Amino acid sequence: MAASAVAYKDRQFLAVIGDEDSVTGLLLAGIGHVTDPPAAQRNFLVVDAKTETSTIEKAFENFTQERKDIAVLLINQHIAERIRHSVDSFADAFPAVLEIPSKDHPYDPEKDSVLKRVRRLFGE
Amino acid sequence: MSGAVGREAVFPTRQSLGLMKSKLKGAETGHSLLKRKSEALTKRFREITRRIDEAKQKMGRVMQIAAFSLAEVSYAVGGDIGYQIQESAKQARFRVRAKQENVSGVLLPHFESYTEDSINDFGLTGLGKGGQQVQRCRETYARAVETLVELASLQTAFVILDEVIKVVNRRVNAIEHVIIPRTENTIKYINSELDELDREEFYRLKKVSGKKQRDVAAADAEMEAARERQAAEQQSALKLDEDPAAPDVLGEQEDTDVIF
Repeated sequence: MAASAVAYKDRQFLAVIGDEDSVTGLLLAGIGHVTDPPAAQRNFLVVDAKTETSTIEKAFENFTQERKDIAVLLINQHIAERIRHSVDSFADAFPAVLEIPSKDHPYDPEKDSVLKRVRRLFGE
Repeated sequence: MSGAVGREAVFPTRQSLGLMKSKLKGAETGHSLLKRKSEALTKRFREITRRIDEAKQKMGRVMQIAAFSLAEVSYAVGGDIGYQIQESAKQARFRVRAKQENVSGVLLPHFESYTEDSINDFGLTGLGKGGQQVQRCRETYARAVETLVELASLQTAFVILDEVIKVVNRRVNAIEHVIIPRTENTIKYINSELDELDREEFYRLKKVSGKKQRDVAAADAEMEAARERQAAEQQSALKLDEDPAAPDVLGEQEDTDVIF
């Protein structure tokens, strides 16, 4: 079963992939964390129009698969759209992937991968 | 007899019949228990999906307010503070702790947010101007993140429950459609075999008793014959006794004349 204690015992950080404003705001709330050097890793990624999709993809992989200390991954919905396939195929319980609205892109419940599952389950 | 699900490979004995019967009983108990578990989980699941829906709506509002307060900050500070904030983020102040919640034997994690008050990476942010706005923005965002964490734990519970419900339903269906019919088939098979044995046994007994009867009859007949023979012998012996030695004096035969 997915809910074994080891799976989330050490998970205490939030991670964020988002545009500059979302990341800034969330960092202000105090979620930013940089691991100790030499392999310093940030738990946030700022995405703008110039960011390659492969970079986003890599960060998503890193936050979901490699790092074991992240409990929740926040990702802007318009960025999730760019890597929709990875987001939709990620079905594990940990970390929880949460699509959040951004300032410029209003939230659309139709695109959310979890809400889509909810809808499908209730046959809507 | 076998139907679609077949039966288990057992010898048709009374012992395995007893085993099968207890197995059937166990399967039925397990079925009803699992069914109840699945219903309890489904109830919880529906509640969670409803709450996810609500929380998502709430998240939209909260994030809007937070974005607005961030806009206030950049207006007050009069420049882009994003870079400065990204560089000064070192240790997470806002963290989550996972707790467990037990729903009918399923452990659902529940995230709980807490702040490490000793860590403050942004002590100097907005020192020049806009400090108040920065402070307000931090509070707004902290509240927003709390909502997000709540939503995340709902979502995690949703994912886990979804999986568990699927497993439980699969088990319920397996018991209902495979194990119970198969056990019933096996019981039927054992019963029919035992009946067959019974009939065979009965037939054998009948045969045996028929043979015995015949034997007795033969013995009787023999004895009768022997007795008859004996009686005949006795009679002939009597006749022998009587006939030559003592002729009937009162018979019709003429006595020989007596000549003086």
